[in-house]
Amino acid sequence: MTAIQIHEVRKVYRRFSRRRKFATLKSALLSRKLLRNLRVNEGFEALKDVSFNVETGRAVGIIGRNGSGKSTLLKLIAGIGKPTMGKIRVNGRISALIELGAGFHPEISGRENIFINGMMLGLSRREVASQFDAIVAFAELEDFIDAPVKTYSSGMYMRLGFSVAIHVDPDILLIDEVLAVGDEAFTHKCLDKFSEFRRRGKTIVLVTHSLDLIERLCDEAIWLDQGLVKAQGDPRRVVDAYRLDVARVEDQQFVATKRPSLTVTDDTPEDDVKHETEDEAGPGRWGSREVEILDVQLLGCDGQIQKTFETGDQMEIRLRVRPSYPITDFAFGIGIFNAEGVSCYGTNTQIEGVKLGELYSEADVSFIINSLDLVAGTYMLDVAVHRQNGAPYDYHHHLHTCRVTSQVNDVGIFRPRHRWSFSGGVKITLDNEISQRKSEEQKTFELSDTE
Amino acid sequence: MFANLRLLIRYRQLIQSLAARELKARYRGSLLGFFWSFVNPLLLLLIYSFVFTVVLPGTRPEGYEPYALFMLCGLLPWTWFSSSLLESSNALITGGNLIKKVLFPAEILPITTVLANLAHFCLGLPILAVFLIYYGTTVSFFELLWFPIIVVVQLLLTLGLAFIVSALTVYFRDVRDLLMNLLTLWFFLTPIIYPASMAPPWAQTILNLNPFTHLAISYQEVLFRPGPFHEVWRLVIVGGISVLVFLIGYFIFDRLRDTLADEI
Repeated sequence: MTAIQIHEVRKVYRRFSRRRKFATLKSALLSRKLLRNLRVNEGFEALKDVSFNVETGRAVGIIGRNGSGKSTLLKLIAGIGKPTMGKIRVNGRISALIELGAGFHPEISGRENIFINGMMLGLSRREVASQFDAIVAFAELEDFIDAPVKTYSSGMYMRLGFSVAIHVDPDILLIDEVLAVGDEAFTHKCLDKFSEFRRRGKTIVLVTHSLDLIERLCDEAIWLDQGLVKAQGDPRRVVDAYRLDVARVEDQQFVATKRPSLTVTDDTPEDDVKHETEDEAGPGRWGSREVEILDVQLLGCDGQIQKTFETGDQMEIRLRVRPSYPITDFAFGIGIFNAEGVSCYGTNTQIEGVKLGELYSEADVSFIINSLDLVAGTYMLDVAVHRQNGAPYDYHHHLHTCRVTSQVNDVGIFRPRHRWSFSGGVKITLDNEISQRKSEEQKTFELSDTE
Repeated sequence: MFANLRLLIRYRQLIQSLAARELKARYRGSLLGFFWSFVNPLLLLLIYSFVFTVVLPGTRPEGYEPYALFMLCGLLPWTWFSSSLLESSNALITGGNLIKKVLFPAEILPITTVLANLAHFCLGLPILAVFLIYYGTTVSFFELLWFPIIVVVQLLLTLGLAFIVSALTVYFRDVRDLLMNLLTLWFFLTPIIYPASMAPPWAQTILNLNPFTHLAISYQEVLFRPGPFHEVWRLVIVGGISVLVFLIGYFIFDRLRDTLADEI
């Protein structure tokens, strides 16, 4: 059976500026454009053309960037607001966790608020009464239930709202990014509750930015992009596609933001003394410029310029250098720093004993990392040409950035090649989600091992 | 529209609880609490009595003594009416969070406002009773049976107008300010602090076009004037108008319902 049918739904919001212009009765009456203005011909198109079905008992996750229409869609499913065009059909009782505790009145007690909130969500007074103890226990508010809600902390407030909403016993549960309530333990309780909902064959639609949660909880994922369904299907596939897309956009942003700083310094005339003094404090570039680094490129294993690398990928740092006269006293250095500025790795041709004779004209220098074994994050690069005694010709400090992505949320800086091995009284099961995830990890590890 | 009206019956418990909550929350934190429900109409009455006995002596018409009781008969229902409308003009905006985030019929908010004010009105009735006993006015039991009917008629009229006012305010915020002045004008166009018979003939026409005139006179007839309630025609007319206003009001509200969540 189909729990939710969404057919060619389009939702247009009237634009804010127009509403401003129109906010007074006088202006509506005086300007004769009343009728013309009331027509929805311009506005913000939150959803352009969305169609999909959700089968009963499925857990569906909706992902997408901010402003892609996720929350709008959820509100339309909940029946709060109507689509401008298209149809939405829903079978069964809905509980929407869009904003927790939206109906609470601050002046009255938690007890009375539970009753009113429960009835707002569609329960009768008797149904609320029978669930009352469970609601209070789940929210862990036994001691405060008779205090006015205005005295609650925001965490207590959210917990109570969540608890009421989840005890409505809906057929369809709509959740909009509300799992981040309360502490770790409460989050676990919420997740348990979801698992219970799933076991009981309820339908769940979840909007979240936590991609992990989608992969863990959902049977299906839908990726909304600018009001259109960009991908739909197996959560892992959709989430991966989404991650790739996010990385691609980040790449473009890096190129857009990081380039100018380099070109600016590139354009400055070669005035040694001036550089020594002026650049020291300010931008991350200094040196005598007897040898100049003209360009720095990051390349993947296919030789293409890129800024985002997967853990374990090959990365090539390519410098284009030009001496102003033939030089024999020189060395090249590379440093990798993480976002906090902690040095992850640093080396130069001199300490590694690379024998270099003379730099007599423009040249390319490549530093190739076979396997970029760093955890996910943003890293900054230092590149330099300097004399053997360390005096820099041209030093780029943190001027170049790259991003490392990873499927695994391991922590730290360095990701050594590793594998897990078990022997003795350890049994490896495959029957529930968690161990499935574990086995997935294992696969990844084996992969990296065989590389 | 009628399906939606029927749906409201399912929400009666919620309406009841919300109205109770509104009453409780209003006086939470005040020293006198519910006592204010009695004190407010009394103070109002005191002001008007002061005006008509001290400031403007001799303006009181013949045959309307005790004058304080006469005014109270109209003041109490008027207070219910005007504060219901004023508050419901704000009801949807202050409850905007609910409409945007929780699925439930929006008309519950103005209904709750009107009902909470009805409860205030009822709390003011004991004062009226005390006055009636104090002045030794005799009200026949049979005549008193009309009282709940008048209240129901007024309830329908108030609800209908509350629907219109609350929905329109969402689209045009100036309805609120307009309403405030309109209600002041309306108050003086209703025979509450003066008897209808005092108005010159040309004004009688205007008074008769005002539905609240008939309600006020009905209250005065039943509670103040001795003798049987002989102006039933007024109640019939205003009853018909009230039903019409209620239906039109609900129709307008129903029409605007779908875009409410986007506009608040």
